[in-house]
Amino acid sequence: MLRVDIRKRLGTFLLESQFSAENEALALLGASGCGKSVTLKCIAGILRPDEGHIELDKQVLFDSAAKIDLPPQRRNVGYLFQQYALFPNMTVAQNIAAAAKDKTRRKAVVAKKLRQFHLEDVATKRPAALSGGQQQRTALARILTSQPRAILLDEPFSALDSYLKYQLELELSETLSAFPGTVLWVTHDRGEAWRNCRRVCVMDSGRAQPVQTLEALFRAPGTESAARLSGCKNFMAVNSRGESVFLPEWGLTLACRRVVPPETAVAGIRSHHVHFAAQNEENTFSCGVAKVIDDVFGSIILLRPVNAAQDAPLLRMELDKAAWAAHDEEETVTVAVRPEDILLLQNS
Amino acid sequence: MDWYPLYNSLRISAVSTVAVFFLGLLSAYYIARLPRLAKGILDVVLTLPLVLPPTVVGYLLLRLLGPNRVVGSWFLAHFGTKLVMTWWSAIFATVVVAFPLMYRTARGAFESFDETLADAGRTLGLSNTYIFWRVRMPYCKQGILAGTVLAFARALGEYGATSMIAGYTPGRTATISTTVYQLWRTGDDAGATRWVLVNLAISAVVLLVVNLLESRQRGGRR
Repeated sequence: MLRVDIRKRLGTFLLESQFSAENEALALLGASGCGKSVTLKCIAGILRPDEGHIELDKQVLFDSAAKIDLPPQRRNVGYLFQQYALFPNMTVAQNIAAAAKDKTRRKAVVAKKLRQFHLEDVATKRPAALSGGQQQRTALARILTSQPRAILLDEPFSALDSYLKYQLELELSETLSAFPGTVLWVTHDRGEAWRNCRRVCVMDSGRAQPVQTLEALFRAPGTESAARLSGCKNFMAVNSRGESVFLPEWGLTLACRRVVPPETAVAGIRSHHVHFAAQNEENTFSCGVAKVIDDVFGSIILLRPVNAAQDAPLLRMELDKAAWAAHDEEETVTVAVRPEDILLLQNS
Repeated sequence: MDWYPLYNSLRISAVSTVAVFFLGLLSAYYIARLPRLAKGILDVVLTLPLVLPPTVVGYLLLRLLGPNRVVGSWFLAHFGTKLVMTWWSAIFATVVVAFPLMYRTARGAFESFDETLADAGRTLGLSNTYIFWRVRMPYCKQGILAGTVLAFARALGEYGATSMIAGYTPGRTATISTTVYQLWRTGDDAGATRWVLVNLAISAVVLLVVNLLESRQRGGRR
């Protein structure tokens, strides 16, 4: 179990990170520059927070009040760097051997790890001669050889093309499923978080939001930034009106079928939740078709609600190519959003 | 031909190169971690001997190590030996003038080092000493080797400060450079030419080695 409660100032940027993780894979989800990497580096002991407390399996790693600041060597926290940080002057076997704690059993440990990670054929090669997958396996083997109590993954696939990423993600999640401790998985990719973690901590401009399940994040993100990270594309300022919201820029009132909290400032509508209205459906409104974008597997339609102000943002709708084909010729369409699909969001 | 000046020059250069190697590396490593102001000041002080005339370095060393000066008189009182006018006195001079070359090149090499490698090493539980010698040094190998060779060459060619602190005594403190000067001054053109040729040969080899290291660094990095 990992408990983090730290503050760190970097120039004008203020990081306030507060969350705890059980022995689970917890996703740290945030746009780039939101402080995810800094948080990981503080946990590993590479950076020092200005103040706060970090605790792993009841051992205090950092506490500004008690003046505790263990060096990285004594924290037992494995760190998978974006570019893997393999030692370029050492072979695969030497890289793994360097991390072995028990020097007398080093040979046996290295042999076992080479076998386990399918690295026997490249054991005497240097990192520069390895494929991306082999580099990642070497880095993981090296980390696990050091017997960490927690593993931190810093955007493990950020530099890879999508097919290789898919392959490595499979391998990585398989390896980590056998790991008993805490795994922090830093990413800006909601799909990656969804596939590999059950719970998530959203970070936005230096602030960590409460840990929640990924289901909860997608169902009710709570804040605009979390909704953005969960893939929502339409955001409109709203005034709450009992059980509905008024969107001034579109001159539109949408029913929500639940009491709208007074702090609601923005409504979010996912592009694929906008659909052609059935007869007598609630929340139906007419829109002019402003632009049609032909995507790989679907169509993206940008709509202008009929009562919208001249400079109001357009409504983005995504649907199957076939579903759009039936409406292709129309200049005005009638669409609807189900009340429960309207995300009620705070500003940040 | 009396080969003593070659032997003396080589041992002075060898000893001072070893000293400069460690001093330069450690200063480069630790000074890079200091706050900016301290770094700037130390940088100027440590690089100064590179741009000062060697006679000024020699003068300052004599002010410090001469038998009537602070360090020199203390050493004489405790060990019964003068610090100047022996064969190894030249080492003080060569260390001071060769140090900036090693310090500068090592710092340049360390600056190109990918610090995440050191971070990775620390999170794996490796000691800072291990990381320095087994990760950082191999990574910066070519730059550091080039710095070492340059420092050796500078020590071998040292004249001004050496002649002031060690003087010229044939068979005792004579080095190649002081010998060339003495032979020319006494009109022994043939003798001077021989030593000039020896010096040219050594310098050519040193430059070849430096060029070789630099081309390997350009082509061989990852």
